[in-house]
Amino acid sequence: MSGPTVFGLCAAVAVGLGLYGLITNPHPLRKIIAFNLLGSGVFLLFGVLGRRGAAASVGNDPVPQALVITGVVVAFSATALAIALLLRLFQKTGSTTLSSGAPPNVSSDPSGG
Amino acid sequence: MQPPAPALDAMTTTAGFLLVLSIVIPVAGVLLAFIAGDRYVRLIACAIIPFGLAIAVAILVALPASNGPLVYLLGAWPPPLGIALRADALSAVMLVVTAVVISSVAAFAATDFSPAATETRAPFAFWILLLAIWGALNTIFLGRDLFTLYVALELLTFAAVPLVSLEGRSETLQAALRYLLFALLGSVLYLLGTALLYGRYGTLDIVLLSHRIGTEPAVLVAAALMTTGLLAKTALFPLHLWLPPAHAGAPAAASAILSGLVVKGSFFIIVRLWFNVMPGLPGFAATQLLAALGGAAIVVGSVVALRQERLKLLIAYSTLAQIGYLFLMFPLALGGTGQLESGGALAGGLLQAVSHASAKAAMFMSAGLIYARLGQDRIMALGGVGRVLPISVLAFALSGVALMGLPPGGAYLAKEILLQAAAEKGQWWWAVVLQAGGIFTGAYVVLVLAHALAPANEPITPDSPAPRIQELSALALALCSLSLGLVPWEAYLSIPHGVAPDKLGPEALSKALLPILGGAVVAILLGRWECPPGRLSRWKALMVIVGQVRRAGLTLGAIVEGCDNVLRQWPAACISLLMLAALFGASMLLSF
Repeated sequence: MSGPTVFGLCAAVAVGLGLYGLITNPHPLRKIIAFNLLGSGVFLLFGVLGRRGAAASVGNDPVPQALVITGVVVAFSATALAIALLLRLFQKTGSTTLSSGAPPNVSSDPSGG
Repeated sequence: MQPPAPALDAMTTTAGFLLVLSIVIPVAGVLLAFIAGDRYVRLIACAIIPFGLAIAVAILVALPASNGPLVYLLGAWPPPLGIALRADALSAVMLVVTAVVISSVAAFAATDFSPAATETRAPFAFWILLLAIWGALNTIFLGRDLFTLYVALELLTFAAVPLVSLEGRSETLQAALRYLLFALLGSVLYLLGTALLYGRYGTLDIVLLSHRIGTEPAVLVAAALMTTGLLAKTALFPLHLWLPPAHAGAPAAASAILSGLVVKGSFFIIVRLWFNVMPGLPGFAATQLLAALGGAAIVVGSVVALRQERLKLLIAYSTLAQIGYLFLMFPLALGGTGQLESGGALAGGLLQAVSHASAKAAMFMSAGLIYARLGQDRIMALGGVGRVLPISVLAFALSGVALMGLPPGGAYLAKEILLQAAAEKGQWWWAVVLQAGGIFTGAYVVLVLAHALAPANEPITPDSPAPRIQELSALALALCSLSLGLVPWEAYLSIPHGVAPDKLGPEALSKALLPILGGAVVAILLGRWECPPGRLSRWKALMVIVGQVRRAGLTLGAIVEGCDNVLRQWPAACISLLMLAALFGASMLLSF
């Protein structure tokens, strides 16, 4: 098995684990971590793509590297924003569940709006 | 290995610099506001917005003169090495509508979010986020590279999420966090699709990609993943778990932006992807699937909207239904050769998006005025508000009329175009869905207006009147949406000849009766009412029959609402996301 194939399979495993975690974990913090795992899988795939370009003797394709850098920055800021929201939620309510937000049609909510 | 890149749009056109300006100016506003701080942020935003509006109009004017799309090559590097900005007719129309909606929302928000209004940082955040959303949207409309679109989409989400939780209450924080997490899942799927496309074709430039793309397994997977990811961000049923609490919980001005503009960003990328990048790929089955989801969104969104107790939640569910309406154009745009054609149906879909953007923003603003005046927005308790806030209720009514697709609104023109396309293609079922959508919209507008115009149960305490500028900006935007059908679109969109030639004549007005009357009937059968007014008691026999039908209708409504509650659970929504991705892949495979 060649290098790109191994890394490609690793990327697939990371994406799969991330998706599984994002769907099944009820805790927001774990969801955020699962999102990062999912993102890492995608970035690894970009790396594989650049590497495959190198194997075909085009030199190491720089475009996927540029895309990954941008993607990492985006994922980093997404994580920061999510953590900030989560911290704020924890300060407000003392818990970090998302499930109580399920029925938004609470008529007894005078401040809603 | 790959064919030589065709020399398309490889030159910066003369008016191309306008494209850069339209992105740079809002971003410059954001940076300036950060430096200048709390006290000057509103001033800066209000100074920037007219400039941005002028540039958008300039692009719209320059487009017909330039004989093709406006192009700007960043750093003069032609794709695939560099990235380009490109404005075609779709982009130009969306740019102008975005600028108009942003301007009127800014006029509306100027009193709510003045520097001295509160001790919190909400005004500071609001103006910065408003400009950031504008910059991100302009980038989405002008981007010619799938990765640029990804970055712009993320910027849009990052600016939209804090708008949801501007007031910092715990429910809105939860809504914002849900929105962010689900949007991130969507954008990762989009990014995965981009990676696959790059790996196969070595470019992400939309024009180059459209020449290279073929029907291959990797492309199918990429298309399915990107479409589903974008649908999650657009909140098409059944991926709408985040939308109702997020849109209903935000302050009025923020809701107007979120509902009117932000969901149009990811919708626009879907249009780009399907019509510009891979017009030959989706085929019959996938377009039917997409429109079927739209039809389901219309039914579920409208029925659940009719069952809401609060006005803002009703409008949020109405957004859900109207998003479904946007996706009805896809099967009608499919040409005889299995290619999606940028013809009449696309024009109809775009007009629908444009008129929804303006009408829904106006509707949220008028609902915000009603909320501010009454201190609550329970639909049952709206009685008498028509007396106290005539202009706001008028703005609500006019935006409702525009949404329903009554002449001469933009939605009316869009509906006529799509109905004609459905007749030409022989797909009568979409004509039924289109008419039903109008009737459902009529239903919840009639429901709200009937309550708002009813006499008050208890007199509303005299309070300071709503600021005139807020009422007028809502009214102006509603009128704007209502007059969109009169705009000469032919220079930009390929409106089929002879559609709705007479927008104010008796024939057009007779078409208005169906949504209003049908809507009234649906509202009576499915809506929430307190006990029927006493003066109807002499029609007792009739009331008995109506009561029985109504009971059946309410049971049906309760079932639909139950389904909606299940689908809005996180695991259910994620699983439907994955299933949709698989379904899209399979349906595209069918059309090989």
